[in-house]
Amino acid sequence: MTVVRPRSLSEAIDALSDAPDADLLAGGTDFMVEVNFGHRRPQRIIALRRVEELQGWRRDNGVFDFGALVTYRQIEHELADELPAFAGASRTVGSPQIRNAGTVGGNVGTASPAGDALPLLTALDAQVVCDGVDGRRTLPLLEFITGPKQTARREGELIVRIRFDRCSGPQHFLKIGPRNAMAISTACLALVADTDARRVRVGSGSAGPRPMRPDEAEAFASEAVDWDTGDIASDDLDTFAEMVAGATAPISDHRGTAEYRSYAIGVLARRALRRAVADLAGATS
Amino acid sequence: MMAEATEHVTLRVNGTARELDVPPRRLLSDALRHDLRLTGTHVGCEHGVCGCCTVLLDGAPVRSCLMFAISADGHEITTVEGLTPADGNELHPIQRAFQDCHGLQCGFCTPGFIMTVAGLLAENPEPDRDEIVEGISGNLCRCTGYRNIVASVERAAELLRDGDGTPEPRADDGGIASRHPSPQGTAPTPYDAVGDGVPADTDEAGGRGSE
Repeated sequence: MTVVRPRSLSEAIDALSDAPDADLLAGGTDFMVEVNFGHRRPQRIIALRRVEELQGWRRDNGVFDFGALVTYRQIEHELADELPAFAGASRTVGSPQIRNAGTVGGNVGTASPAGDALPLLTALDAQVVCDGVDGRRTLPLLEFITGPKQTARREGELIVRIRFDRCSGPQHFLKIGPRNAMAISTACLALVADTDARRVRVGSGSAGPRPMRPDEAEAFASEAVDWDTGDIASDDLDTFAEMVAGATAPISDHRGTAEYRSYAIGVLARRALRRAVADLAGATS
Repeated sequence: MMAEATEHVTLRVNGTARELDVPPRRLLSDALRHDLRLTGTHVGCEHGVCGCCTVLLDGAPVRSCLMFAISADGHEITTVEGLTPADGNELHPIQRAFQDCHGLQCGFCTPGFIMTVAGLLAENPEPDRDEIVEGISGNLCRCTGYRNIVASVERAAELLRDGDGTPEPRADDGGIASRHPSPQGTAPTPYDAVGDGVPADTDEAGGRGSE
């Protein structure tokens, strides 16, 4: 086994040019578990930890721009005010030790249906910026993630940045798991009440082969919410919950049955929208 | 079988640069234990669940079993051995707190807890109970039931705040003495190891720290 440790993006791309099928290692919180279990026997690894261009996040002209190596710890600590659902989702990842290592680029690249960062990135229409031997390209998250742990990343490519437009309005992340820490989600959901576009935006996790986007439910809720007063009819909340639950395609596994997951996503959707609407009412009163 | 190629790395462990030639596959936890003979870092599950292998990487707690040694090249690593002065006779205030409050039984998980708590208290010197529980959520203890560990963290925070680790708790300092007033109202009051949640009398449970 060889490990190449580039210090810059160009060194990383050179390494990919030499070994396009190399495994890419970021925080290691998923990858190393597979290595230690013997499920994965990597021959060639490119360890990205030192690549300068993949560090840090910034906000320019209303666009949040995250380097692939931004850790959950950074999101949790640095963005609690500006992106509360992203910080909240990050806070539910693993434990402090895991959050100090795990990265947003790794979450996207691993593309687990249970990835905790993915529902909010879905709701916010995040873009994935890849670079590599054939140049740079940008894909919407839901085009990048093609299935469970499957992505459109080509050989010779790496994720360099995750981007999304800044969005005004309340946002919530909710997750169900066996305990408050160290839990891989049984079901999770992010909801943003986008007050600029007056649009409810939702992403759900562990709810299908990839993050799920309930378009019809979003359209329904966007109409049902009274954006001026911060109000929604209880019946409409119920309908919204049913529609979000209906827009899932989960599997049954040791963490939960498909039936439970769909039901739970509906509950989370109702709860998140109720809270977001209450936030709107609080902001207008 | 062909011998695996090694890579030369410099690990800054407990303030000392250590030069090593390690196979790329060597985990940081194994490099610490086997190559550097720092066996205070324990290895429990080797898949990121138990927290026994926690060390500080540039001051932040991480799992050393989920990292190749070569990935730590050039970084500052602190192990439980690095908490105490080289002569090894003094306990660090966090270690003393675990002793005082019976925050361990078999002790296997303890170095991982100590290092996690070292990272927690460096970032948040006055954690409340929820923050403590959250802070240690990635470490498993199969003996204590955690109550005494939480008490140990509260005690450790107090010892560290008081500087030299030999505190004179005051009723008004917001420390453990004021949160859990003992009948005497002075000494810290660790929980009884098998208690019912009510702080024990200091005379019975104060332990070595209050002698």
